[in-house]
Amino acid sequence: MRRFLRPGHDPARERLKRDLFQFNKTVEHGFPHQPSALGYSPSLRILAIGTRSGAVKLYGAPGVEFMGLHRESNAVMQIHFLPGQCQLVTLLDDNSLHLWSLKVKGGVSELQEEESFTLRGPPGAAPSATQITVVLPHSSRELLYLGTESGNVFVVQLPGFHTLEDRTISSDAVLQWLPEEARHRRVFEMVEALQEHPRDPNQILIGYSRGLVVIWDLQSRRVRCHFLSSQQLENVSWQRDGCLIVTCHSDGSHCQWAVSSEPQQSKPLRSSIPYGPFPCKAITKIFWLTTKQGMPFTIFQGGMPRASYGDRHCISVVHNNQQTAFDFTSRVIDFTVLAEADPAAAFDDPYALVVLAEEELVVIDLQTAGWPVVQPPYLASLHCSAITCSHHISNIPLKLWERVAAAGSLQNVHFSSMEWPINGGTSLAPPPPQRDLLLTGHEDGTVRFWDASGVCLRLLYKLSTVRVFLTDTDPSENLHTQGEDEWPPLRKVGSFDPYSDDPRLGIQKIFLCKYSGYLAVAGTAGQVLVLELNDEAAEHAVEQVEADLLQDQEGYRWKGHERLAARAGPVSFEPGFQPFALVQCQPPAVVTSLALHSEWRLVAFGTSHGFGLFDHQQRRQVLVRCTLHPSDQLALEGPLSRVKSLKKSLRQSFRRMRRSRVSSRKRRPVGPPGEVQVASAKVERTGLQNMELAPVQRKIEARSAEDSFTGFVRTLYFADTYLRDSSRHCPSLWAGTNGGTVYAFSLRVPPAERRMDEPVRAEQAKEIQLMHRAPVVGILVLDGRSVPLPEPLEVAHDLSKSPDMQGSHQLLVVSEEQFKVFTLPKVSAKLKLKLTALEGSRVRRVGVAHFGSCRAEDYGEHHLAVLTNLGDIQVVSLPLLKPQVRYSCIRREDVSGIASCVFTKYGQGFYLISPSEFERFSLSTKWLVEPRCLVGSAKPKNHTRPSNGTGPEKALARARNSGNQSDGEESCSPVMEKALLSDARVLKEIQSTLEGDRG
Amino acid sequence: MNRGHRHGAGSGCLGTMEVKSKFGAEFRRFSLERSKPGKFEEFYGLLQHVHKIPNVDVLVGYADIHGDLLPINNDDNYHKAVSTANPLLRIFIQKKEEADYSAFGTDTLTKKKNVLTNVLRPDNHRKKPHIVISMPQDFRPVSSIIDVDILPETHRRVRLYKYGTEKPLGFYIRDGSSVRVTPHGLEKVPGIFISRLVPGGLAQSTGLLAVNDEVLEVNGIEVSGKSLDQVTDMMIANSRNLIITVRPANQRNNVVRNSRASGSSGQSTDNSLPGHPQPAEPSFEPEDEDSEEEDLIIEGDGAPRQIPRAAPPAESLESLAQVELSFESGHNGFLPSREASSAPVASGTNAELETRAPGHKLLEEDGTIITL
Repeated sequence: MRRFLRPGHDPARERLKRDLFQFNKTVEHGFPHQPSALGYSPSLRILAIGTRSGAVKLYGAPGVEFMGLHRESNAVMQIHFLPGQCQLVTLLDDNSLHLWSLKVKGGVSELQEEESFTLRGPPGAAPSATQITVVLPHSSRELLYLGTESGNVFVVQLPGFHTLEDRTISSDAVLQWLPEEARHRRVFEMVEALQEHPRDPNQILIGYSRGLVVIWDLQSRRVRCHFLSSQQLENVSWQRDGCLIVTCHSDGSHCQWAVSSEPQQSKPLRSSIPYGPFPCKAITKIFWLTTKQGMPFTIFQGGMPRASYGDRHCISVVHNNQQTAFDFTSRVIDFTVLAEADPAAAFDDPYALVVLAEEELVVIDLQTAGWPVVQPPYLASLHCSAITCSHHISNIPLKLWERVAAAGSLQNVHFSSMEWPINGGTSLAPPPPQRDLLLTGHEDGTVRFWDASGVCLRLLYKLSTVRVFLTDTDPSENLHTQGEDEWPPLRKVGSFDPYSDDPRLGIQKIFLCKYSGYLAVAGTAGQVLVLELNDEAAEHAVEQVEADLLQDQEGYRWKGHERLAARAGPVSFEPGFQPFALVQCQPPAVVTSLALHSEWRLVAFGTSHGFGLFDHQQRRQVLVRCTLHPSDQLALEGPLSRVKSLKKSLRQSFRRMRRSRVSSRKRRPVGPPGEVQVASAKVERTGLQNMELAPVQRKIEARSAEDSFTGFVRTLYFADTYLRDSSRHCPSLWAGTNGGTVYAFSLRVPPAERRMDEPVRAEQAKEIQLMHRAPVVGILVLDGRSVPLPEPLEVAHDLSKSPDMQGSHQLLVVSEEQFKVFTLPKVSAKLKLKLTALEGSRVRRVGVAHFGSCRAEDYGEHHLAVLTNLGDIQVVSLPLLKPQVRYSCIRREDVSGIASCVFTKYGQGFYLISPSEFERFSLSTKWLVEPRCLVGSAKPKNHTRPSNGTGPEKALARARNSGNQSDGEESCSPVMEKALLSDARVLKEIQSTLEGDRG
Repeated sequence: MNRGHRHGAGSGCLGTMEVKSKFGAEFRRFSLERSKPGKFEEFYGLLQHVHKIPNVDVLVGYADIHGDLLPINNDDNYHKAVSTANPLLRIFIQKKEEADYSAFGTDTLTKKKNVLTNVLRPDNHRKKPHIVISMPQDFRPVSSIIDVDILPETHRRVRLYKYGTEKPLGFYIRDGSSVRVTPHGLEKVPGIFISRLVPGGLAQSTGLLAVNDEVLEVNGIEVSGKSLDQVTDMMIANSRNLIITVRPANQRNNVVRNSRASGSSGQSTDNSLPGHPQPAEPSFEPEDEDSEEEDLIIEGDGAPRQIPRAAPPAESLESLAQVELSFESGHNGFLPSREASSAPVASGTNAELETRAPGHKLLEEDGTIITL
């Protein structure tokens, strides 16, 4: 039995494999899912975000990122940096404290958990006695003060978390220093605020929820003075000089109290309800910050009039006579204000407001008039509108990059010019080896262009396809409905907007040619737009063509959504990608595959009914082919009729939203936690029992031609190859369906000089039916050297060797179950690799990638990167189809993660780990983009507040260049040089093609 | 089978029909009037005539639309052969004394190709003469029990043959749990079970599979540790030639095969028992692995044909299967490379490309043999 012999070992190949392949999850891009806590270190200038799943993420200067994960996946409730140290303490919702440190190892900093601790009360005490509500790291760097629900303040010593019982400030101890009437009136309840005196480390302020605030002297262990307010206390801010405290309350008021030698203050200096007189919601947090010139800043969260604006998530900034209530589209988790870090400075002089909302991070420039928003270089909200597809393009020519960036910068004029203020640490990562774009399509009909070259995923440009269509809501309606003297002075900030006017606008497929600047975008209602990059604003009509994919199939009725109505007449477009042709599939089913050939000026598109070919030079339809099996009723009727109506789906999504809000409200565990667990375990058990009663069963049946959705077009591919005979190659179009059929059409594209005069012709040359009938997910032609054919225009731009047209070509067909190589032009089976029959896994994504060796500079191999439905990633060799490596990457239950995966051309990839985050991974030893950074030691950095006038670009550039490492630099520069050299030519090429286009 | 097929039927079936007959290494082509095929005796004589073998007793067979090699020995099956030929009738002639009866009726092209090699190079791969009890060519297996000699008696390995789409496989599987004997005593482990048989389906009509039988292997690959969906996908991917190893729920029908069995059969239910030899080697021949039907290609002129195999196939394909099987053992993600053992395809990519390049030529040579 030969096949059961132990496989032989080829040491040379094994070594080479080690030089080529390596699996790493390198960095998470985007905004953390379900953030639950915010921390900031003024001395380090580092921001920390905790999540409900127990992750802590640290961000400094662009490229400086760290992530830590608590062993328990409990929500992070609070994050506190230890003053002046590279350490932070987190409080989880199981009442445990964790100490994290940034330690330098091998030249780069790493985030590590050092110690964890749970506060224990005396035996028999209620659990609330030790339930921590507030944490105060003392400036002595050794002590943590822990306020609890019982009103006691416990003291622990760092770094070992030793409880110092003799220093506990019990509520009884506080009580005995209070006069009779205060003692009478107040029950202490929980500690709401703990603050250290800004100047005197021996004094701390303790605020209790019923409105009592005391200043406690740590040395003499007595109350120095106390303040009694009539309202429930929410939070406290202590003026920089320690002479004034500002309290905020549950009735929406805030009060100022003078700190003097007088032991008791019965009345506040000043008290106001900013959004009164009608009942207001609580002000939950307040900052009182002094400035050298003018009045102090008052910045507070909440306090909105309960009846009319109680549902808003607002933070108000009051300064001099300006007042603005920043209105966020999602719940505010926490906020902080960046101010003078030096404790000795006389004034706070705040310069930026940092707000962590449920779905995005917003930073507001407080130095510039009008308080504009600062564009963050990271933490982008990928899910401003839900992501529906993504597309990655590697190695973008500089010219195209600059044009896209220029178009994008025109969209960003409303952003502040302030340099990114959170800029601690130094990025040591080498500059990115090449310019990469990640394009995401969204539910609202937009396409976002992300700079995916480095660690920071940054928005370059946003394209909206909505203008082409007539939608229900006129965009001008909801703009600026509020006048000047409107009260409260609300201002919408942030980009998170999950509401889509029309789900049909959703983008499903994207294809960008990086050499010509042509872009094809296809959507949910069968719309296919062809766009080109234009640096000027323009107004023109979009040419419309209907593609009737049903052709001669008569008597069927589409029960799904209607097609989109296109705007008639000229439409004005801003600089950037401007649509010039629109193909609408009939029936308007979702576009399932798309291909663009910029050299031949052709766009191919497919739906569940068939596919078509469009000549975008002549704006003419070349070919339409129906792939439907006549008996396939389900595909004909459309998706919505069977699943749910639009109305229903809207209702459901609202319901889902409400549910998520309710669940997010839970702040502290209610009741003994044990009970809840028991209950949930019970539910689970009964669930299991039910499952056992009616087990899931699966039908075992061979696929047949009569199955549903066999006509669904899964992949489209253009190739210049030997389709008919081995002497002449010709352009060809390949289409693969869900039923395992591959169609091949030979194309006749007229030469450039007669391109406008003669029609493009297509003729079916071959039809291959795979007997196993599994869906075809990839088609590829290998040239005479068994190298995949280059992209269109790649050779023209000298970025690729021209394909070998001498030797015989081969066709690779990847189905969900097998890889098969056929000879061309006579289609004969040559090789195959079965995946499903042997492992039970199915191909979900496949892409060709070039793997460079980490040892030999110019050695590299082309292989297939494959993602299976089990979340495994494999590399399969070309052309021999030998499995090389396999790594488990995504949990098999994470269906949306697996569906969202994209591979790059250089062995990296992205997939969504949450609606708002891409995980970046690398299969290559050579191409690895990961954060490498150093965070300086305790001493405060001596850089001052950020200067205005330089944009975030400059900050980025500086950050990238600041930590050049010799080896990284060397290996990357040739690539950059080459790209630059070819750019002049690229530019000329692009210009000539564009001019030719207009002529 | 699909639209292409109908296409072909429309274009190629009128008037005369091409016949391609093969005896030994020789081909003969001639045509017949489709509407008037005549009698079998006449046809037999015609074949003897065109092959110039007037006094040799031969067996006549033809390839039907499913790729099965079926006999022609009377007027009825001769007419059937003529009426179903599409577009040409492929005839295979063997000397009676050398005839390999086992070739008839078994499925698929690959199997037949082995027959072909027998026919073409009889010295090369001759099998023992079979004892002919009845007319085996009149039968067509739909299922079989295989590997009885190497499996524990509590297990049963069943092979289901699927012809075209006439009859559904017709069964369902589910998750469940089974009790295994382990060194630590009895343990409950998850398993996959047959949950339902469709009346009239292949599985039910064979009588070899029953509800609650535990599925242990699919085409030689253990299912333990695999999810229901994975096993479903594996079975569907192998549906053209499905080999399932089951532990029947009803053990009473198992034949006690040796004397020792009476004592041990009750508990030797687990094939992963330490010390119990693992029956890991399914004895179905490697050829079976590829004995699925070939893909169809329709060229521009609309005539469907089956895709021939190019290049030296069987070995490299087998080697792939080996790599697949050894996946689990590859640690750290690296899969052991197979280059060393599949000698002709050498090591190092450059070498691979070089040796592969003349594949086209190989194809031409093979092509004349395979293309009928």
